[in-house]
Amino acid sequence: MITRFLLQNMDRRAGIFLAVVLGLALLVPLSNLLLPVGSFLHVPTSTMSLWGKYLCYALLAISLDLVWGYCGILSLGHGAFFALGGYAMGMYLMRQIGTRGVYGNPILPDFMVFLNWQELPWYWWGFSSFPFAMLMVLAVPGLLAFVFGWFAFRSRVTGVYLSIITQALTYALLLAFFRNDMGFGGNNGLTDFKDIVGFNVQAQGTRAALFAMTCVMLAAGFLIARGIVVSKLGKVVIAIRDAESRTRFLGYRVDRFKLFVFTVSACMAGVAGALYVPQVGIINPSEFAPANSIETVIWVAVGGRGTLVGAALGAVVVNWAKTMFTSGFMAPYWLFALGGLFVVVTLFLPKGIVGTFEALWERRRKPAPTPAAEPAPAE
Amino acid sequence: MNAPVTGQLTSSLLYLDGVSVSFDGFKAIRNLSLTIEPGEMRAIIGPNGAGKTTMMDIITGKTKPDVGTVMFGGSVDLTRLDEAAIANLGIGRKFQKPTVFDFHTIEDNILLALKSKRTVGKTLFWKTEVPQQRRIDDILGIVKLADKRDRLAGSLSHGQKQWLEIGMLLAQDPKLLLVDEPAAGMTDGETAQTAVLLKEIAQDHSVIVVEHDMGFIRELGVKVTVLHEGSVLAEGPLDQVSANERVVEVYLGR
Ligand SMILES: Nc1ncnc2c1ncn2[C@@H]1O[C@H](COP(=O)(O)OP(=O)(O)OP(=O)(O)O)[C@@H](O)[C@H]1O
Ligand SMILES: [Mg+2]
Repeated sequence: MITRFLLQNMDRRAGIFLAVVLGLALLVPLSNLLLPVGSFLHVPTSTMSLWGKYLCYALLAISLDLVWGYCGILSLGHGAFFALGGYAMGMYLMRQIGTRGVYGNPILPDFMVFLNWQELPWYWWGFSSFPFAMLMVLAVPGLLAFVFGWFAFRSRVTGVYLSIITQALTYALLLAFFRNDMGFGGNNGLTDFKDIVGFNVQAQGTRAALFAMTCVMLAAGFLIARGIVVSKLGKVVIAIRDAESRTRFLGYRVDRFKLFVFTVSACMAGVAGALYVPQVGIINPSEFAPANSIETVIWVAVGGRGTLVGAALGAVVVNWAKTMFTSGFMAPYWLFALGGLFVVVTLFLPKGIVGTFEALWERRRKPAPTPAAEPAPAE
Repeated sequence: MNAPVTGQLTSSLLYLDGVSVSFDGFKAIRNLSLTIEPGEMRAIIGPNGAGKTTMMDIITGKTKPDVGTVMFGGSVDLTRLDEAAIANLGIGRKFQKPTVFDFHTIEDNILLALKSKRTVGKTLFWKTEVPQQRRIDDILGIVKLADKRDRLAGSLSHGQKQWLEIGMLLAQDPKLLLVDEPAAGMTDGETAQTAVLLKEIAQDHSVIVVEHDMGFIRELGVKVTVLHEGSVLAEGPLDQVSANERVVEVYLGR
């Protein structure tokens, strides 16, 4: 049933996307590990980790597209779920440091010793176990989304008001995580990681494995999101986006459908955050910054809202551009460029890259019944 | 959610008594009483702003009355339920402004309306079985949209949207259909066809139809209720109510 659910109505766009992502999962680590450093096809470790980061963002973008593109919930706080997943992973990585910390305390992370804490707070219990930590990667963002959504959707908060409270949610968490007495390392966050499931996080092999894992999770997240949106539930969710009250009069409990996609989406964002942390080596409260969540919205808009593939593509393209921009003399102008990009896309490509591309493709195909050559995927 | 059951109070399918509702002090419905028997088709007429649509809003849970009783099936208090619960009890509605899902195909619009469990789990793992597909095909035939099934509903004309919405009502298979101005924006030919369709539907459903088109009402040939300023002005066969002095006065202006 699960396979049927994930593979129903497989189309060309989804096929290409999966082929590209799984191809990357295989080829990039192989090239990094096996080809000689001088080789033209060799992918340096730093590049691989950078792209691993982009692909985490792609998964975050897909999770946002699920709620925004398909259900019309413009969440301006999805960065919070990403960061919570990241913190759950970070807590696991902190516990793996053991006696290798500066203070050599076998139980307490350095920042707790520094604060003169005597014992591990209860909410850190269990995080030395990888399975438990992975459960929390899903459960913490999922539970927060569920509780938040329960109140928001039942009281029928929609539109701008909902966007504002999601933004407030991530801002509140930002402030909370900044506090030292929260027990999450204050503004320094969690860093200096050593091992993940027994392997050195800095090692080239581990980095290659993390990259491959990110690709696999991106593909899995995509398949789940796609399974949802092409199901009848997906049709209900689109109906809610376009005519919420009409959907109610057909007997659908709109709040429950919203709650479902919002919670699934938050779990997905949490996974993205968990994959991000070991690859960048740090998680700190700045991940909760409202601007991060807003940037995610821009990636989705640029790539094409309501297409899933577009969301992922937008995340990669915008972040790649950001890296190019901010590593040169243009660095101070990045935010202007990003804002400009958003305006240009909204005005001239309202369907984003993928939406516009597909519309062109449709138009070109319509008059000629014989299918033309396969379109080259932009990614 | 279980409907609050307070014991059989009336044999009517729908029972409204002493219902009033006001918006910012403006009384849109005042002391309205109305009963619909099982299997009955009723036409509701009245000048603009008489409260016809507001009455449907009250029955379907969109608007809560300030006072009054609204009972369905003799024992269910509709004022305590929300829109989805009322819809699931078997009350379907076609809106005055045709409201379909523009970004879904015509077939998917019918599928979404098709009578089925509305839970998250059931819809997530939904598979359209043969009898259900046949029912969808039947309905598409009845509302004459079978050849356009794969088109987006947003591309339909006003009149076609009206028919699609009637098709969605049929798919819901409710006990009571509330049909708000089904002939608005239709040609005479389409209007006549709509009347035939509604009469067919009325053979095994209870129906309330709101319409301004008197020819259409005459075509239906059912008991008529005249609403004016939120309450019932007259009730009876069309010829009788249209001879009523007060009705004439209201329609021609005072
Ligand atoms: N939500 C609302 N808020 C404020 N006023 C409302 C609301 N709904 C209806 N009204 C008012 O109540 C009155 C009755 O409106 P209603 O739409 O029920 O009339 P109607 O009989 O359906 O008229 P029409 O034939 O034009 O459709 C109108 O004066 C309308 O402006
Ligand atoms: Mg009206």
